[in-house]
Formats: sequence, C-alpha cells, structure tokens
Amino acid sequence: MKNLISMRDLTREETLRILELAQEIEGGKTRPDLSGRLAALLFYEPSTRTHFSFDTAMKRLGGQTLSMSGSGSTSVQKGESLADTLKTISMYSDLIVIRSPVEGAARYAAEVVDIPIINAGDGANQHPTQALLDLYSIRKTQGTLEGLSVALVGDLKFGRTAHSLVQALAGFRPTFTFVSPEHLVMPQYILEDLDAAGVTYHHQTTLDGVTPGLDVMYVTRIQRERFADPEEYEQVKDSYVIDREILSDAKPTLRVMHPLPRVKEVSTEVDGTEHAYYFQQARNGVPIRQALLALLLGAAS
Amino acid sequence: MKEMKVDAIRNGTVIDHIPAGKAWEVAEILKIHQAPLLVGVNLISRKYGRKDLIKIEDHELSSREASSIALIAPQASISIIREYEITQKVPVTIPDEITALIVCPNPACVTNAEPVPTRFTTGGATTENEVRVRCVYCEKRYRMTDVKLRLQP
Ligand SMILES: [Zn+2]
Repeated sequence: MKNLISMRDLTREETLRILELAQEIEGGKTRPDLSGRLAALLFYEPSTRTHFSFDTAMKRLGGQTLSMSGSGSTSVQKGESLADTLKTISMYSDLIVIRSPVEGAARYAAEVVDIPIINAGDGANQHPTQALLDLYSIRKTQGTLEGLSVALVGDLKFGRTAHSLVQALAGFRPTFTFVSPEHLVMPQYILEDLDAAGVTYHHQTTLDGVTPGLDVMYVTRIQRERFADPEEYEQVKDSYVIDREILSDAKPTLRVMHPLPRVKEVSTEVDGTEHAYYFQQARNGVPIRQALLALLLGAAS
Repeated sequence: MKEMKVDAIRNGTVIDHIPAGKAWEVAEILKIHQAPLLVGVNLISRKYGRKDLIKIEDHELSSREASSIALIAPQASISIIREYEITQKVPVTIPDEITALIVCPNPACVTNAEPVPTRFTTGGATTENEVRVRCVYCEKRYRMTDVKLRLQP
C-alpha cells in the first residue's frame, strides 16, 4: 500500500491489517516511531475535526506536521496549479494528507508526487479514513465485521460517509436496511455494486421495525439544502430522530453511530444509554490514522 | 489507366456499420492521424436501415484505436484494405481503460479543474447494449451515451 485514496482500492486483507494495527497501537502493544518524520496537512476546505485528528495521530507517534489550510479559494483558484503546490510541499515533507472539494484531487496528487498521499476527503467522492474508523468502531463494538445487520439512516443519496461505509462493509456479508426519504435514497450505482457482491439489502422510508435484530444503526445528517420545500424538510427531519422509544426493542449490543456533528438526528436522551457510541467513534479516528501514517511511512508493516 | 470509384481506397481502413449520425464522433477520434478521411453519412444499409461509413486512406487502424471506436459504435465493423482488397478484419472490442478521450461530466471532477487527461475504466460495467464507464478520478459512473468526447493533448 503506497497511498490511501479510495476504499475501492483496498483489499480485504489490507483493510483488516489497518484495523489490526490500529488496535495494537490503541492497546499499547506497539508504538511505531515517527520521530523525525513530517506530514503536510493540506486542507483546501476547512474540517477542524479531521485536521485535529491527523495532527494528533502524527504527534502522538513522535512525528511533526505542517499545515496549510483555508477555504477552497486559496491556492487552487489563485492560479497556482494543484500540481505545483503539491510538488513544492513534497520537497519539505514525507507524506501529504489532502482534503479538497475537488473530486479526484487525491488520486491526482498521488500521480504528481512520489511521497505517500492520504485522502482526507475529496468532495462528494471518498473519505476513506472516516470509512476505516467506522469499520474499526463496528469491529470494536461487535467483535467482528462478518455477517452484521446494519441500518443506515438519513441522507443516503448525498451522504459520502454512508456510501463509503456500505462499500467498505460489502465484502463482509452484511445485511443492510436503508432508511431515508424517497428522494434521498441510496444511489443506483451503489445498489448495483451491492447486487454484484451478492449483498442483501432493503429500503424503507420510516424507522418502523428497524431496530429488532439490528447490530449497528448508522445515522447521518439530513441537510436543509437538499430540500426544495422547507416545510417538507421540517416534516422529514423530525421523522428520522433516534430516541429511547425507537431503541426500546433493541439488542443490548446495538450501537448507534454518527459521523458527527449531529444536529437533532440522535436525541441527547440516547447519550446516556449503552447504545450511544458516537463520541467514542470520533475518538477512534486517532488510532486508525496513526496506523495509516505508520504503514505509509514504513514504520510498521 | 483504370478508373476508380471516388470512394474506393487503395490502402487504408474502412469502418462500416457506424450507427447513422455517429460518423462525426468517430471522425473526431480519428483526427489524431493526419490521414485523409472520407465520411459517408445516412447510407442505406440492408441490415440497419441507415448507417454511416468512414474510409481512412493510408492508415491501418491498430486494435487499440479500434477499441476507442467500439465505445461509440460497438456494432461497427473495421476492415484493413491493401491494394483495394480487404485483407483483415479488426475486432471491435471495448477497451479496459480509455485515456484522454472522454470529458468527465462531473463539474467537481479534478479533470475539469486541473490540466490532467481523463481516464475512464469500463471493466465490469458493460451491459449488453450500452457501454458504461467510470472516471478513475472522481469515481462517478456514466453511460457512454451521456458523455462527450474530446481528444485531449
Ligand atoms: Zn471525473
């Protein structure tokens, strides 16, 4: 593995190796040494969480970071080509983490420079470190990735994290329930991939009956701007709220996950229950990113 | 001296059974070569009703070039001509990857923002009568009938 660009590039073995290493790092069994190594964090759109998580991951393994962040208007639209920016940064650093609203920017970056590239989100396309931390969270809470019953709730049409998670889990014989409003359903091309992989799934527009037998409920935000009619948004928004009532017939091991930030999709009354996992989930981003940095910088194998 | 029909070529390639109206797109791909093209449009075909046809003088299409034509006109037939005779049929097969030809319809794609030639894969995405392609960069999938072609430097 030379770069991390897309979940579609990872073999099952590579995925499991990353999760394994993250677990070893988190458990203190191993501590890759990144002292003297420098990662450039190149953020063409702001994402405080992802930025902090990479920064922390690098520094906790003894490495250093340099950051370039700003809105999408900084370097790209000022006329300097992305290629020139990347080539310059690659002179100073050992690895580049790139986040950009431009889809395919990370793939392109990997072609332009010789040092490893990690995709920290490229527009609506991929966000593989989020997908990996989701997988890590699922395996940590369920003990396995195999044969799980997983519901994805919310905006499944535009929700990048939902797409990546579905793709990432597809190889582990899951059963999916997709819960979304009619006009925010999982895109056809993802469903075709699932069909090709022989994955069982079904779609419903309400949360009715979704909880029994469920292992993971993965909730994403429904954004106002996806609705032409504000009234419809108000109505839909309130019908996809996870609360204690909905979880009343859940297995004790069911975990509710959310890529954060949440607005109202998960009621705060769930926070105190055994089902709440979204805050731990966010914390899992650090060991996953530590594992990736170590693997790509050759400090672990 | 023997009289020649205007559309007969001595050496080169004949691309027949191009769907009517698609000849210009095929010709666009073939512009990479300096070879003269003879384009026939709306010809009568016993098999298809109407068809287009292209003759290329003094250039024998490689199988790679034939592949890119397969994307637009999978039912075309390609023959190599030497001394007025068909000497070889080039199979029209869909390539696994197409470089610098398809314009990615996704406005947010890096190929529309940076000077990078597009790359599309076809593997596993082809149904019987339509070719589907996936952008290597933004990973979006499209039907061949929904994309524009433009030769890129
Ligand atoms: Zn694209």
